Formats: sequence, C-alpha cells, structure tokens
Amino acid sequence: MKILIVGGGTGGTILANSQSRRLGREIRAGKVELTLLSASDRHMYQPGLLYVAFGQMTADELYRDEASLLEPEVDFHVDPVEKFALDENQVVTKSGKTYGYDILVIATGSRVVPAEVPGLAEGAETFYTEEGAVRLHKRLTEFQGGTVAMVVSIPHKCPVAPVEAMFMLHDFFNARGIRDKVTLRYQYPTNRVHATSNVASWAKPEFDKAGIEYETLFNLKSVDPVKQIVYSEEGTEVKYDLLIAVPPHRGMEIVEQNQLTQSGWIPTDRFKLTMNGRDNVYVIGDATNIPVSKTGSAAHFESEVVTANIVARIKTGTAKPVRTYDGKVYCFIEAGFDRATYNAFDYVNLPPLKPPSKSIHWFKMAYNQMYWTSVRGLL
Amino acid sequence: MPENKIIDACNTFCPGPLMELITYMKQANVGDTLELLSTDEGSAADVPEWIHKVGHEVVSNENVDGIWHITVRKIK
Repeated sequence: MKILIVGGGTGGTILANSQSRRLGREIRAGKVELTLLSASDRHMYQPGLLYVAFGQMTADELYRDEASLLEPEVDFHVDPVEKFALDENQVVTKSGKTYGYDILVIATGSRVVPAEVPGLAEGAETFYTEEGAVRLHKRLTEFQGGTVAMVVSIPHKCPVAPVEAMFMLHDFFNARGIRDKVTLRYQYPTNRVHATSNVASWAKPEFDKAGIEYETLFNLKSVDPVKQIVYSEEGTEVKYDLLIAVPPHRGMEIVEQNQLTQSGWIPTDRFKLTMNGRDNVYVIGDATNIPVSKTGSAAHFESEVVTANIVARIKTGTAKPVRTYDGKVYCFIEAGFDRATYNAFDYVNLPPLKPPSKSIHWFKMAYNQMYWTSVRGLL
Repeated sequence: MPENKIIDACNTFCPGPLMELITYMKQANVGDTLELLSTDEGSAADVPEWIHKVGHEVVSNENVDGIWHITVRKIK
C-alpha cells in the first residue's frame, strides 16, 4: 500500500507523522510506503507573522527544517509536484520522477494573490508574508500619526487575524504614546465586523471601547497608491496614511494548472474530506473548498480524521469512513498585547466567546512554541 | 451564456453564507445567477442588504423546509 502526501505544511506534516506512528510496524515490514513530497525544505509557523509585524518575534524564529519535524519512517523528498495524473494514480515531480500511489492526500495550501486587486501590491502593507510582516513592522515603528486603515479581501486564511491586528495596533500605538495621533479604521466585507457572528458580537463593543472606527459591507475594489485612497465595490472610499491589507487568497498554482480546482479550490466532501469523485484522494487544509476557516487548526483536525480513515483502510480493509469531519476549528484571538480569547466551533455549534483574559494570552504565547510539538503529531 | 450556480452554505459559520456568496460573486460573470442555500436566519436580510448596496439583483428569497434559497444575479 502506497500512501503519498503532497504538501509539507501544517496539515501534510501532522498527517505524515500521525500515520507514521499508527503504521510504523507495517512501514518497517515493507507493507506500507509513506511518502511526503514538499516544495520546500523549511516549515514556517505562519501565525507567527502577526507577531513579527509588531516586533514580538523575528522572522527566523518561525522556521524549522522540515526533515527535523518528521518521523524516520516518513520517506521525505523536497521535490515539488508538477503533474497530477489522477486517472493513473500517479504524480510527476519537478525532478522528473513519477510517484505512484494507492492513496493520495493533497495538502498544498494556499497563496496570496495581491495582483487580483489593482494597486494593492503598490499601496498596501501586509502581514501575510514574511517580507510583508518585516516591512510592516518598520512602517509601524516609523509612523508618526494619521490614519491606519485595514482592508480585508476574501477569501483569506486565518479569519480572525484582521480583528487581532486592530487590537494590537491599538496597544502598539498606546505603548508608543501616540495613540491620540492615530485614527484606526477597519473595513470589512460583510455587514458585521466579522463573518462569524460570535466574533462580531464580541469585537464590535471592544472596537467601540478602543476607539477603533469601522465600516462594514466594504469589499475591496482597488487602491490608488498615489492619492492614498482605497475604494470599495460598494462605491465608498477611505483616505489613508498607512494601508494594511489582507490580500485575496487562492489555491496553489500547481493544483489550478492541473485543473483540480473550481474558483481556485479543490471540490471536497465536507465530511469525508475526499476529493469529489475520487475515493482514494483526500484533500485537507487550505486547498479544499469546504465551508470552514482556512487555518492550521482546521488542517490539524482534518488530518486526524484522514489518518483514522486511512489507518482503518489498511488495518481492517474497510473503505467506509470510521470518522467524519465535523467542521471543528479552534482559534486563539489576541485582544491586544496582553489579553486573548478563543473561538471554538464546528459546523453546527457556535458558542459565544469567553471574555478575554491574560491567561489565554499566555496560553497562546506558549502555543507559539508548542506548535512544533503539535506538528510532530504529538499534541 | 449565463451560468447558474448553487452555493450550499447550510450549517456553516465561518466564513459564513454571505462571505461564501461574496467570494463566488467575485468569480462570476455578469448575467450569472447564484442560488445561496443557508440555514442562517440572518441571511434572509443580510444578503439583500449587500446585494442592494453593491448594485446586483435579488431574483428570489424564500424559505423552503427551513432552508433559505436566495437567488441573485450579477449585474455589473
């Protein structure tokens, strides 16, 4: 039995390690081959980018060597896939090698595509890339006053990040002693301050308390970097001195080029996590089109489901799922520099948020390090 | 030739039905219709509010056996 995982991000790495632990005996006996293909030899802790933007982490802290995170039974290659031949149960990599499989897991993630919005790349800063987070930190430390505007394109990963960033901006400028010289403006696509109603209900009064101005039903249309104005599809505009943008996201180019996607994402069964029409192909993490947050947390919980079902296929011979994904997601939400809450929900349950506390903030600080245990499939 | 697309956003909270609709509307062509299926009571008011503000058209908005079927057309 050949299991092939494509993508060495959060989902693919957790999945590889979890399966290695469950199938170690079969792998060592030569009955199972477990292969992971990645486009990079490094693994980034992406939520750390927000802290880089505020000077609380440095970019080098976000990386580990991918090989150092993997169980020894995982056959790991840095060799990006260029062709998916799903009818032949094969992929072809950049090196020209062909990998066959009985079960394929696609965990290729997503990418930012600022070019989809005219003027965005030239006019806005972002904390969604390493280069952007480093540059944004420099801009923030040099900022002397004026309007800082946040705009949010969709779809995007880490849905609570723009809310967290606003509270951190408030604390950042307070700490610099210039909060009274800074207008914080938040623009959001839906008619509440966050798409998830429990986050919106909590964040709106918190924004009011912090003096953060907001405009809803603002869908980013274009940016004029010369006039420093950002325009919405709805016909409104905002003048800014510093624009921070959450750029639009799409699935990786390789899955689009292989025509696996619809509108940039791979059609996936939201419960079984199999690619539509392909029972031996699973899709996890940002690459799917399932209606759930694009976060490492979702990828983590999805990897647990897929691991259980692949292990059951091998150990019991059943192709029927033993577990289904219930839409579970757990996201920390920073409410500034020293308080945090969290959002834990699934497809049918959306409990109200707990009041922010220092203890949850310190738990998040600890998780920033515990991630490396989590991604090894231990937590 | 305009296309008709169904967006099943039943029993989803994040990113939520309106966010799903906005995402697919960005990808649609002028003249296409999108039918949003939602179990969220708020969608019946939230979706028309955005559609009217942005300048598209609400074709129909009805509840069938507990599911909102909201059909909209991309105008511009």
